Amino acid sequence: MELKTKINAEEGKQDLTITREFDLPAELLFKAHTEADLVEQWMSNPYATAKMLKFEPRKHGSYEQQSTDANGNVVFKANGTFHEFIPNKKITRTFEMENAPLGVQLELLTFEKLTDNTSKLTTHVIYESAAIRDQLLKMPFAQGLSMAHDRMQEIMSKQK
Amino acid sequence: MNLRRDVFQAIADPTRRAIVVLVASQAMTAGAIASNFDTARPTVSKHLQILTECKLLEQEQNGREIYYNINPTKMKEIADFIEPFRKMWDDRYNKLESVMKKYKPKN
Repeated sequence: MELKTKINAEEGKQDLTITREFDLPAELLFKAHTEADLVEQWMSNPYATAKMLKFEPRKHGSYEQQSTDANGNVVFKANGTFHEFIPNKKITRTFEMENAPLGVQLELLTFEKLTDNTSKLTTHVIYESAAIRDQLLKMPFAQGLSMAHDRMQEIMSKQK
Repeated sequence: MNLRRDVFQAIADPTRRAIVVLVASQAMTAGAIASNFDTARPTVSKHLQILTECKLLEQEQNGREIYYNINPTKMKEIADFIEPFRKMWDDRYNKLESVMKKYKPKN
């Protein structure tokens, strides 16, 4: 299956662009980014539950989020500040992972109406350096490898 | 010194990226590769050594000459490493789409 999400990360650059077209009106796409319970729903996955500890989606507002695993252990914490906030058009915010030496990233989200029922989200992310960008890009790759390893161990331990 | 040897290190340097592009077009000897750069010959040799240790390039003996070839499997590894990141966002956005399709205004 082809993935609808496209990533453009040029070699040696310290930024990247994520684009995706949605089968949703631009207003609903924007709303999905501005209500804590909605963000929590789509940011969660079978391995991690997302929770917004603080969420003030407006200019000068800030946010704090965390993810917990199935046992309730906090596996991820991040925070940031909203800068530009133009309803149904644009969000500019910072993002920083806590307890990780990866610095702060600047995220510029542009919401575009395509038709009455379709829209496009373009996220331009700027990192402190090209090295940090590449490290962050590789994280899901590394996690995927370690998750596959864990699953293998789980299966193998049941064989005993 | 304990050096990391993987494909990402191999392509972290602009000269090494240029070498990869050069060798991708045809197998070449170290001398032929070096003649394309102003860099000192030992520097090019060092880059070739790193690229070979990272398995991005393979050496092939042809008579008295050693030719450098691209290892296509390793090239694919570079192309694929971004996929889990893309998959992560694709999963999130698929979820966003299904959550919002069911969305009913609260008031």
